[in-house]
Amino acid sequence: MTPTASPHADGAVCVRGVIKTFGVGDARTVALKGIDFSAAEGEMHLVVGPSGCGKTTLLSVVAGTLDWDDGDVSVFGTRLDGMSKGAVTRFRRSNIGFIFQQFNLIPTLTLVENVSVPLLLNGAGRRTAEEKAAQLLKQVGLEGRENKRPTQLSGGQQQRVAIARALVHEPRLLICDEPTSALDSATGHQIMDILSGVARAPGRCVIIVTHDPRTYRYADRITEMEDGRVTRVLDGAALGEFVSMTH
Amino acid sequence: MYLLALKMLLGDRAKYIMLVGGLTFSSLLMTQQNGVFQGLLSWTTSHMRNMRASIWVVESRVEQVNETKALRDTDVNRVRSVDGVDFAVPLFQGVMKARAADGSDKQVQLIGLHGGTLYGRPAVMVDGDISQLRVPNTVVVDELAAQPTRLGAGLGRSLKVGDTFEINDREARVVGVCKTERHFFGYPYVFTSYDQALQYAPRQRKMLSMILAEPKPGIPAEEVARRIAAETGMKAYTVPEFERSTVAWIWRNTGIPASFMTTIILGFIVGVAVSGQTFYSFVLENLKNLGALKAMGAGNGLLAGMLLFQAITVGVIGYGLGLGLTALFGLAVAQSGQPPFKLVPLYLVQTFGAVLVICVLAALFGIRKVARLEPAIVFRG
Ligand SMILES: Nc1ncnc2c1ncn2[C@@H]1O[C@H](COP(=O)(O)OP(=O)(O)OP(=O)(O)O)[C@@H](O)[C@H]1O
Ligand SMILES: [Mg+2]
Repeated sequence: MTPTASPHADGAVCVRGVIKTFGVGDARTVALKGIDFSAAEGEMHLVVGPSGCGKTTLLSVVAGTLDWDDGDVSVFGTRLDGMSKGAVTRFRRSNIGFIFQQFNLIPTLTLVENVSVPLLLNGAGRRTAEEKAAQLLKQVGLEGRENKRPTQLSGGQQQRVAIARALVHEPRLLICDEPTSALDSATGHQIMDILSGVARAPGRCVIIVTHDPRTYRYADRITEMEDGRVTRVLDGAALGEFVSMTH
Repeated sequence: MYLLALKMLLGDRAKYIMLVGGLTFSSLLMTQQNGVFQGLLSWTTSHMRNMRASIWVVESRVEQVNETKALRDTDVNRVRSVDGVDFAVPLFQGVMKARAADGSDKQVQLIGLHGGTLYGRPAVMVDGDISQLRVPNTVVVDELAAQPTRLGAGLGRSLKVGDTFEINDREARVVGVCKTERHFFGYPYVFTSYDQALQYAPRQRKMLSMILAEPKPGIPAEEVARRIAAETGMKAYTVPEFERSTVAWIWRNTGIPASFMTTIILGFIVGVAVSGQTFYSFVLENLKNLGALKAMGAGNGLLAGMLLFQAITVGVIGYGLGLGLTALFGLAVAQSGQPPFKLVPLYLVQTFGAVLVICVLAALFGIRKVARLEPAIVFRG
């Protein structure tokens, strides 16, 4: 099965023949070897594969946070290749939400301030931003803790704050790199539950890079990678089989 | 975002205190040292403010008011004959030994004023009558000279009108006490008449120290000074000219400006070093957060602006505290007038500028780092 053959391929994210190398000479690594990848609107798309196969690199390219050497990348019909750095930054600011493995919340800011950052970056006023942020905190079950600081929370709670922050400006693309790997398995499930509950929206594409087989069952589609290339794209019955096999 | 930027820095108490402390110290060092330096410089020209003459005529090699090279007595008449000179009078000035009541010797700055006009006399009399100087063996002392530790020694009190002391074994009777600004050399002033000063001073071939002149009404002092210089070959300065020349002489011929400048530059360097280092480590510690902001779509311009804003905020606070401490220092020394101290607004503004430069430099290190930061680093564990 190829990505283009998928019934969902209405192209929220479309990556064609992307090559990315790091370093020169002996230190040269080809992280992406002409990869093709696509993800659709409304789906929760997991990217899996062994360590070092290029998952994070692919995610960085799609997010526009990393330059690549060759190939085409478009997100919601916007071509990222050939775009100026400033334009990519502006595109990212309004269209993409991020969830990182290490949460990356700013420790000296309160939860509501942390969550309001994407809105402020998009030019919202402080009052509006904080009201919206408080709403999102409520949605991830952290009502009443708006003025706490991240260090006063557990890892799972911090990741919930990160989810609120990633969604507060209603991005169309949500990008998550190993959102559960810093958490114990019960908390990991909680986070995946929240993600599939709160993050899913008809027009939104959620891409999650993960190592954790227990998260597979949340996927609408799974792209499996190895050594800089896509080896399989699974959905429908094949996906069900894959999930039950890895459990 | 700027407000959040500030909270990010304020949240890091240790770094915030270090930054503000460093900049306070640096500002204090720069403003306080400059204050003392300006105070000292103002002492070098206090002579002119104490005597208030319009034109100062001196020997052709004299470049500053605290230096004297004797003139010939006939030079006064040469100045008087210059067109535009209303009047010109002789002035004696010299450091003399005066003996207080307890027999101890004190150095004084003896000024001999022209007896007829008393031109060059001090502005404010605290007690007595300066016109009494026309009586032989009389002097007017300044408050510093009158102090119990100076010529009042042995009396157990300040010197008063009617008291006597000796200058070079001759009697000097106090007929007045006046206010003066402190002289560069630190000696108190004793005013007397020119003729009397020649009596007090050891006899020399030439006794005339300077000539003080007044231009005719309506003619600018500069113009008259130029004419005097051209016609007599002596040097003639107006007050602003002599002030400039005196200060320039101090810069050229003494180590005073260099030593103050060294301290001031040191203050600047300490400021750059401490705040630059602290701010850079603040940026390094927040690199992940700054990377996350970058990934979320904060541009280099915004991040640079945030860092500058943080740096300049601590700069303003540090400068404010430094200036406050300097002002406290100024108040503390105002009573004794020692060390000299004078805050010049222009230099305060310049110091503020220097502090801002420190902050911008400190921020630049961080900005460079952030500009090169790949937002993709936030995905790395
Ligand atoms: N900044 C970099 N400089 C040099 N090499 C890099 C860099 N980033 C990634 N690589 C290399 O590219 C390859 C792919 O890395 P990537 O991080 O994308 O893998 P991954 O699938 O995310 O692995 P993991 O599951 O361990 O996170 C690896 O060989 C890695 O060493
Ligand atoms: Mg990875």
